[in-house]
Amino acid sequence: MPFQSDRRTGAALNTNVFAPWEDPQAKPLIQFQNVTKRFGGFTAIDNLSLDIFEQEFFALLGPSGCGKTTMMRMLAGFEKPTEGHIMLGGQDIDPIPPNKRAVNMMFQSYALFPHLSIWENIAFGLRRDNMPKRYLEDRVEEMLRLTRLEQFARRKPHQISGGQRQRVALARSLAKAPKLLLLDEPLGALDKKLRQDTQFELMDIQEKTGTTFVIVTHDQEEAMTVASRVAVMDQGKLMQVSTPDRIYENPNSVYVADFIGDVNIIEGRATANGDEVYQIDWAEGQSPLTATSSTEFSNGQSCHLAIRPEKVTISADRPADAINAVQGKVLDIAYLGNLSTYYVELPNGTIIKAQSANTRRISRRSFTWEDPVWLSWTATAAVLLAN
Amino acid sequence: MGRPGLVVMDGNGCGFVGKLMRRALLIAVPYVWLLALFLIPFFIVLKISLSDVELAIPPYTPTLDLSQGWSGITDFFSQLDFENFVWLTEDDLYWKAYLSSVKIALISTVLTLLVGYPIAYGMARAPAEWRPTLMMMVILPFWTSFLIRVYAWMGILSNEGYLNQFLLWLGIISTPLTILNTNTAVYIGIVYTYLPFMILPIYSSLERMDESLIEAAEDLGCSRLKAFWLVTIPLSRPGIIAGCFLVMIPVIGEFVIPSLLGGSSTLMIGKVLWEEFFSNRDWPVASAVAVVLLLILVIPIVLFQRNQQKQTEAEQ
Repeated sequence: MPFQSDRRTGAALNTNVFAPWEDPQAKPLIQFQNVTKRFGGFTAIDNLSLDIFEQEFFALLGPSGCGKTTMMRMLAGFEKPTEGHIMLGGQDIDPIPPNKRAVNMMFQSYALFPHLSIWENIAFGLRRDNMPKRYLEDRVEEMLRLTRLEQFARRKPHQISGGQRQRVALARSLAKAPKLLLLDEPLGALDKKLRQDTQFELMDIQEKTGTTFVIVTHDQEEAMTVASRVAVMDQGKLMQVSTPDRIYENPNSVYVADFIGDVNIIEGRATANGDEVYQIDWAEGQSPLTATSSTEFSNGQSCHLAIRPEKVTISADRPADAINAVQGKVLDIAYLGNLSTYYVELPNGTIIKAQSANTRRISRRSFTWEDPVWLSWTATAAVLLAN
Repeated sequence: MGRPGLVVMDGNGCGFVGKLMRRALLIAVPYVWLLALFLIPFFIVLKISLSDVELAIPPYTPTLDLSQGWSGITDFFSQLDFENFVWLTEDDLYWKAYLSSVKIALISTVLTLLVGYPIAYGMARAPAEWRPTLMMMVILPFWTSFLIRVYAWMGILSNEGYLNQFLLWLGIISTPLTILNTNTAVYIGIVYTYLPFMILPIYSSLERMDESLIEAAEDLGCSRLKAFWLVTIPLSRPGIIAGCFLVMIPVIGEFVIPSLLGGSSTLMIGKVLWEEFFSNRDWPVASAVAVVLLLILVIPIVLFQRNQQKQTEAEQ
């Protein structure tokens, strides 16, 4: 991943890593307790349980229609669970209407009030609480400073740019200092460059305010960049909930491995070959592959080997000490500037992607289209998955 | 290359001048239309309002006689005067009629808004597949004659009409209510007739509104009612203003509804105007009434135009 946030590992607490989800004593801020949500005959959320902790930046990631937006709308109070309960700070919030919840939401469309100025938009929620004028003004100014919008305070939403609108929406939802901030595809409407800048801004603001953020996104790069933990969802179920690096390095299923980043999947049959080492027979006439796995596989069990393209080394000659090495010919090269992805076709027709950094001038590349090449990877590079 | 003038010349033979001519022609069409169908008739009416009444055909004097040359034209202008306008201020019938028209127009506009807004709101919130049908139902009455629909109300509102029969049958009243030929009947008629003009602009402004704005307002601490008041109403304001003007402007000059449904006590300038023209046959005074009515209407029309312009600017 080009953007891996490593600030979480060590920075959040003085000595300890910020990982309340690993502490059995920690009390979660939000608890989904066997929540099911049906719309007519359609099950949007299917018996789902999840804990989210205070000060987390939690990402709900999944394709459209996976139920992530429904989760968010239930947290905001716009939908009620059909079964199960949602707890916020130990309190069942199901009967509490949206306007009484200590939860604010940043809408995908931003939902800025077009008839009010930026200043009035930010002050909107504070006015509802009948905050004294002086405090209200201070708070609005503080939010404007936080989001660097001071000089736009008097403008109307249609007079500012998309990126500024996004910041207004953020400032407005943060103004009431909610216990929990929900962000529905907050960066979806921005172009790529602005999106990357804004991601870091979001993380910065989250850290400054200490608010718990739950973000909904279909962009895996965005989720990986900003979140302390990511929940990968599919069809109303959680597929895996873990830190971005674990999701990427140790996916628990082919679905997660395939959804996050690029991956090669090789199907085969596992045979134990020593402690936590397995041999995988994957194609006729090919020597078996070797992979380590802490999960138990019985002999002859069908399995999937997931290998990230950047963990596959491509070379013109067979590397002498490689445990896994296969030969093929270069079918296609995707040149990305800093990286190149090689699509290598093996004799049995399987296509394996290998990615390498373009550390040398492209003219000095030692192989090109149709050239025979060797692909190799270590025993620990691949993840062995049962399904 | 690099000489666009030459290219144009080669292209269509008439070149730059021809292009300008075509553009001028295109712009001229609406102006000629306005001139022929609005400005010229207005100046004819204005001219008649400055004339004197006469038992003749046409029933006013002077008429322009171009056969006498220049002296004919100067004679014509020297005979014009403002006495009809002065007359309007001397007889209190006229200003009372103007005032009463404006009052009736204002009250009926408010009534139409009160009836029309909930209907428009309901339409905008109805499931998308229902909206065209609902819209059709609002527009449908236009397919029959306006006059026939007003006559139908006479049948409903008269002493022996359906409404009274129904109320008597229910036992709510023991003697028939007198509704026809009162101001109440006029209000009912106006609200009924002009309701679509109120509903359609409000509906169009409500329909465009982003649903998530209401959710955002609730999320920030508004109750449903408060969100409606603070978000829905301000955002539908252009529609409300447009609807109000679309109702009020024609109602001020309304003639058919007060003359068919109203009684002798219903004083509206449209009725006075009609009587001056066709009962009194005093064309000059009638024209003066019409000119003053137009001047009164110019104010709301200008305000309406400004509202529309602001709205289009806001959308850009």
